[in-house]
Amino acid sequence: MKNSNPSGKPGMNFKVLGRVLRSLVHHYPVLFPVALFCMAFSAVAAAVPAIFIQNIVAVIEEWFRTGDWAGAKPIIVRKLTLLVCMYAMSITSNTLYNQLMAYITQGFLYKMRGEMFEKMQSFPIRYFDRNKHGDIMSRYTNDIDTLRQMVSQSIPSLVQAGIIVIAVLFIMIYYSLWLTGIVLLGVVFMVAVSGRIGGGSAKYFVRQQKSLGVTEGFVQEMMSGQKVIKVFNHENQSKEDFDKVNTALFRDAFKANAYANTLAPIIMNIGNILYVLIAMAGGLFLLSGVKNISVSGLAFQVSIIVPFLNMTKQFTGNVNQVSQQINAIVMGMAGAQRIFELIDEPAETDEGYVTLVNARIADDGTITETDERTGRWAWRHPHNDGTLTYTELKGDVRMFNVDFAYIEGKDVLHDISVYAEPGQKVAFVGATGAGKTTITNLINRFYDIADGKIRYDGININKIKKADLRRSLGIVLQDTNLFTGTVMDNIRYGRLDATDDECIEAAKLAGAHDFITRLPGGYNCALSNNGANLSQGQRQLIAIARAAVADPPVMILDEATSSIDTRTEAIVQRGMDKLMENRTVFVIAHRLSTVRNSDVIMVMDHGRIIERGNHEQLIAEKGTYYNLYTGAFELE
Amino acid sequence: MKRILKCLREYKKPTLLTLLFITLEALIETQIPTTTADLVNSIKGFNGLTGDAASAAMNSVLRTGLTLAVMAVLSLICGGVAGYTCSKAAAGFAKNIRHDIYGKVQDFSFENIDKFSSSSLVTRLTTDVANVQFAYMMLIRMAVRSPLMVVFCIIMAHRMAGSLSMTFVFIIPVLVIGLALIGIVALPAFRRVFKKYDKLNESIEENVRGMRVVKGFAREKYENEKFDTAANNIRKDFTFAERVVALNNPLMQLCVNFNMVFVMYVGSKLIIESKGGYIDVGQLSAMLTYAFQILMSLMFLSIIFVVMTMSAESVKRISEVLAETPSLSNPGSPVYEVKDGSVDFENVAFKYSKDAEQYAISGADIHIPSGATVGIIGGTGSGKSTLVQLIPRLYDVTDGRVKVGGIDVKDYDIPSLRDSVAMVLQKNVIFSGTISENLRWGNPEATDEEIAEACRLARADEFINTFPDGYDTKIEQGGTNVSGGQKQRLCIARALLKKPRILILDDSTSAVDTKTDALIREGFRNYIPDTTKIIIAQRISSVQDADMIIVMDNGLVADIGTNETLMKTSSIYREVYQQQTADVATA
Repeated sequence: MKNSNPSGKPGMNFKVLGRVLRSLVHHYPVLFPVALFCMAFSAVAAAVPAIFIQNIVAVIEEWFRTGDWAGAKPIIVRKLTLLVCMYAMSITSNTLYNQLMAYITQGFLYKMRGEMFEKMQSFPIRYFDRNKHGDIMSRYTNDIDTLRQMVSQSIPSLVQAGIIVIAVLFIMIYYSLWLTGIVLLGVVFMVAVSGRIGGGSAKYFVRQQKSLGVTEGFVQEMMSGQKVIKVFNHENQSKEDFDKVNTALFRDAFKANAYANTLAPIIMNIGNILYVLIAMAGGLFLLSGVKNISVSGLAFQVSIIVPFLNMTKQFTGNVNQVSQQINAIVMGMAGAQRIFELIDEPAETDEGYVTLVNARIADDGTITETDERTGRWAWRHPHNDGTLTYTELKGDVRMFNVDFAYIEGKDVLHDISVYAEPGQKVAFVGATGAGKTTITNLINRFYDIADGKIRYDGININKIKKADLRRSLGIVLQDTNLFTGTVMDNIRYGRLDATDDECIEAAKLAGAHDFITRLPGGYNCALSNNGANLSQGQRQLIAIARAAVADPPVMILDEATSSIDTRTEAIVQRGMDKLMENRTVFVIAHRLSTVRNSDVIMVMDHGRIIERGNHEQLIAEKGTYYNLYTGAFELE
Repeated sequence: MKRILKCLREYKKPTLLTLLFITLEALIETQIPTTTADLVNSIKGFNGLTGDAASAAMNSVLRTGLTLAVMAVLSLICGGVAGYTCSKAAAGFAKNIRHDIYGKVQDFSFENIDKFSSSSLVTRLTTDVANVQFAYMMLIRMAVRSPLMVVFCIIMAHRMAGSLSMTFVFIIPVLVIGLALIGIVALPAFRRVFKKYDKLNESIEENVRGMRVVKGFAREKYENEKFDTAANNIRKDFTFAERVVALNNPLMQLCVNFNMVFVMYVGSKLIIESKGGYIDVGQLSAMLTYAFQILMSLMFLSIIFVVMTMSAESVKRISEVLAETPSLSNPGSPVYEVKDGSVDFENVAFKYSKDAEQYAISGADIHIPSGATVGIIGGTGSGKSTLVQLIPRLYDVTDGRVKVGGIDVKDYDIPSLRDSVAMVLQKNVIFSGTISENLRWGNPEATDEEIAEACRLARADEFINTFPDGYDTKIEQGGTNVSGGQKQRLCIARALLKKPRILILDDSTSAVDTKTDALIREGFRNYIPDTTKIIIAQRISSVQDADMIIVMDNGLVADIGTNETLMKTSSIYREVYQQQTADVATA
C-alpha cells in the first residue's frame, strides 16, 4: 500500500495553479475571461473613488471659506453623477462576475469530478489494490472542497486585490512619490509579518490535518473493536489512550487557529499605524515645504494627503485580504495537485479487438451475428486481411505454463497449467497466499500474465476486448459489494436489460428468494451502505443471484459461499448446479465440502499446483488434499 | 445544546477572556475613525499656515497621531489576545467534546453499541466536532463583536457627524433585508445540496470499494452515466445556491456605494454651509469607515447565522451520543466474587429491542454445572451467539433469569462478572500493537511466563515462536499480518489470561485446523478442568466430545444431550453430523 503521497506538502506550487487556470480557460474559454475582465473592472472601479474624494475635497477647500453652497453644488453634483455612473457599472460587473464565478466554479468542479470518475473507471485493478480507498476518496471530498474554495474565493480575491493594489499604487505615484515610498515600506513589513504568521498557520494546519488522520485511524480501530473492549473491561485504558491522541490534536488545532486568528488584527493594526505615519509625514512635508515628486506634478496640499490616507487604508485592507487567503491557496494547490495526480494516472490498456456478439447458430454450425438476445454468443474475430470469423462462445479456458508476479521479482504463480473444458467445474484449494485468487485475476485480466499463455475458446485472451472478456465471466467474490438501490436493482446489475421475472428466477436459483421475500418491501427493499441491513451470508446470496442473472458461460466463485451456513449452502449448491449445466465454473473455497463435487480439484501451494484430480482420486492419493480433508492440516 | 456546553469546563475562562478582549477591541476600533477624523482635520488646518501657527498645528497632528498609534497598538494587543484565547477555547472545547463522546461510548452496553454504527461514531468524533469547533470560534469572536460594532459605530457616527449618520437609515435596513432574503432562499438550498453531496460521495466510495464488481461486469460506462446524472444534478442545485449567495457581494457594494455618494453630497453641503464648523473633511472619511464597519459586522452576523444553522445538524448528532444512557448499570450493592462456573438459564426469553416482534431466544432453560464442557450448534440465526452473550451480561434478558455461580448476573458488579466470564467473540478483533500488548488485555500484570503458558494452551506458541520478533511482533491494524487461524488462537490466549471461571468460544476456531482444534480442547480438559467451557461451533467435531451439547434452532433450544443421545433424539444434529462426517469415513 502506498501512503498518501509526499507531494501533498504545503508550499507554493505555481505549476499546479497554472494548470488550474488553464483548465478553467479550457472549459470556459469565453465565460472565464469575461468573469476575469469583470473582476478587474470592478476592482478598478473600486480604486477610482480615491480620485473623486480628492476632487471633492479640493472643491470643499475652495468653497468652504465662503460658505457658498449654491456655487459649489453644481460642481459636486456633476462629479457625483459621474461617480454614480461608475458605481452602476461597477455593481453590474460585480454582479456579473459573482454570478459567473458561481456558475463556473460549480461547472468546473462538475467537470473535474466527472473527469476523475471517468478516468478512475479506466484504471487497472492494480491501482485500487495499491492505494488506500480512504486516500482515493479524500480526493473527491477534501481535495475537491479545497479546490472549490480556491476557485470561487481565492482566485477572485487575489485577482481583485492584485488589481486594486496596482491601481492604487499608480494613483499614489500620481500624487506623491514620497508618501508612496512610506506606504511601500510599511507594506513590505506587513508582507513579512503575514508571511511569518501565515506560514506558521499553514504549517500547523497541515499538522492538524495529520493529527486528525491519526485520531480518525485510532477511533476507527477502537470503535469497531468496541465489543472486545467491553468484554475485557478495557474501557479505562482505552480512554487514557484516546486522551493522548486527543491532546495532540488539540495542540495542533489550537496553534493552527491561533496563528490564523491573530494574523488579521495584527495586519489591520499595522495598517492603522501606517496610516498615522502617513498622516505625520504628510504634515511634516506640508510644514517643511519639501518639494513633492509626483507624476501629476501637484505640490503637497491637503487635498492630496486626505485621499492618500484613504488609499493607504485600501492598500493595507487588500494586503490583509490576500494574507487571509494564504491558507486556502496553499491547501487548494495541494488539493489540486492530488486531483491532477489521479487524473494523470495511466489508464488500463486494452489492445483487444475480438468482441462478443449475440449469435444465431444454425444446425450445420454456421454462426450469424444478430442484435437480438438469443442466449448464445460468439466471438467476432476480425483478421488482418479484412475477413471476419466467428467462434462460438463455449467457455473453454486453458492456461499454459503461466508465471505471474504482482511485484517484479516476487513470483506469485509458477508454471501454472489449467485446462477447463466447457461444463467442467474446476476447484482451487490451498492456503492464503497460495495464489488461488491470483489465477482468477489473470483469467479476467485484472492483471496481465508475465509469461505463458491463456486461451479462451482457443483465442488468446489478450486479443479479446477486456469489457467483452469480463462480460463472458461471472464473478462472485468473498467480499460482496452491493450498491445503493433496491434488491432488484442489485440483482439486475448483472444484466441491465433483465426483466423482473428473470431477476426473481435468478434469485430462486441462488437460494436468495426466500429471505428476500421476507425483507420489508421484498425485492423493492432499499439497500444502502453495502447492504448493511443484511447479513454477510445474505449479501453473498444476492451477489450469486447477480452473477446468475448475467447468465455467463463461465463463472468464477471466489469464496462465494464462505459466510453461508452448510445447510443453506446445500440449497445454493443445488441451484448453482442447475445454473451451471454446460457452463465452466472455477471455484475457490476454504470449505472442502464446497469443492468436493468438482471435476478437477487443484491443490495449490506457494504459487504451484501440487496435486490435481477429482475428489476420489485425491483422497486415494493420501497427499495434501487428504490431510486437509481429514483435518490434519490447517488452511489459512 | 446544553449537554454540549457542559463540555466547556476549563475553557470557560479563555471563552470569557475572548469576549472581554473582543469587546475592548470593538470599543477601540470604533474610536479609531473618530480620532482619525481629528487627525485629518488637523492636517487640513495646515492650509496656508506659517510660523508658530503651523508648528502648533503640527503639534496637534503629532498628538492625535500618537493617540491613534497607541489605539492601534492596544487594538492589536486586544485582537491578538482574543485571537489566541478564542482558538484555545474552541480547540479545547472540541477536545472536551471528543473526550466526552469517547468516554460515553466506553460506557455503552452492547445494546447501545448496536444502535450506532462504528463509522457514524467516527464521523461524530471527527467531522461533527470540527464543525462545532468552527462554529464556536465564530460565535465567540463574532456573535458579540458584530452587534457591538454596529451599535458603537452608530453611536460614534451620530455623535461625530449628526445628520450625516442618516445614511444608516437607508443602508442598514437594505442590507438586513437583503441578507435575510438571501439566507432564507440559500439555506434550505444548501442543506439539500449537502445531503445530495454526501450521497454522491457515498456512491463514489461504493464504486471504489466495488471496483472488482464494476469491472467484472464491465459496467464502467453504466457507472459513468450514473455518476454523471448525479453529479450534474448536484451541479444544478449547487450553482443555484451559490448564485443566491453570490448576491451578497453586489448588495454589499450597493450599500457602500450609496453611503459614499450620500456622505459626499450631504457632507460637502454641511461642511460648506457651516464653513467647516459643524463637520469637516475628516468626518467625511470617518463616515465612510463607520459605514463599512457596520456593513462588515452585519455581513459577519449573517455568516454566523449560516454557520450556526449548518452546524446544528452536527450538534444534534453529537448530543445524540451524549444523551444516550447506557442500558446496563451496576446494581446497588453488587456482588464482587463469582463463586464457581455454573450457569443457569431459567426460562429465559430475549429480544434485541422492545419493538422487535420476534424473540431471538425464548423458553431457554439450561443448567450447566461448573467445570463442564458444553457445545452449542445450530444454523446461522438460530440464536447461539445471543444465548451466550447473556452470560457475561452483555445484554439483559427480557424475561426469566440467567445465573452464574448461583447468583443472578444482574446482581454482580459488571467488571467482576466479565473478568470471570471470558468470552472470545465471533467477530474478534486484534488491535495494532505487539502480540504481548494484545495478550495483556486479558491481564495487564501477566508475567511473560503466564503469557507463554496461555499461548501454549491456545496452541499459539508454535507460530509466535516462528516470528523473528516472537511476542514483540507488531500486529497491524485489523490484524492483517496474521492469518485467520492465528488471529483466533491469539484471541483465545488473550481470553485465557483472565483465568476465568467460565470460558466462552463463539465460533472461535473456525479457521483453525481440526487437529489443532482438538489439541486445544484437550488442553482445556487437562489444564483448566475447573473452568466451565462453552463452545459454539459449526464443525461437529468441535462439540462431539462435550459433556453437554445444546442444539439451537430458530431461537429455541431444540435438544440437549450428548453425542450419543442426540444421534438418537435430534434430527437436526443427525443431519449435520452425517453431512460432515460421511466422506471422511468413506475416505
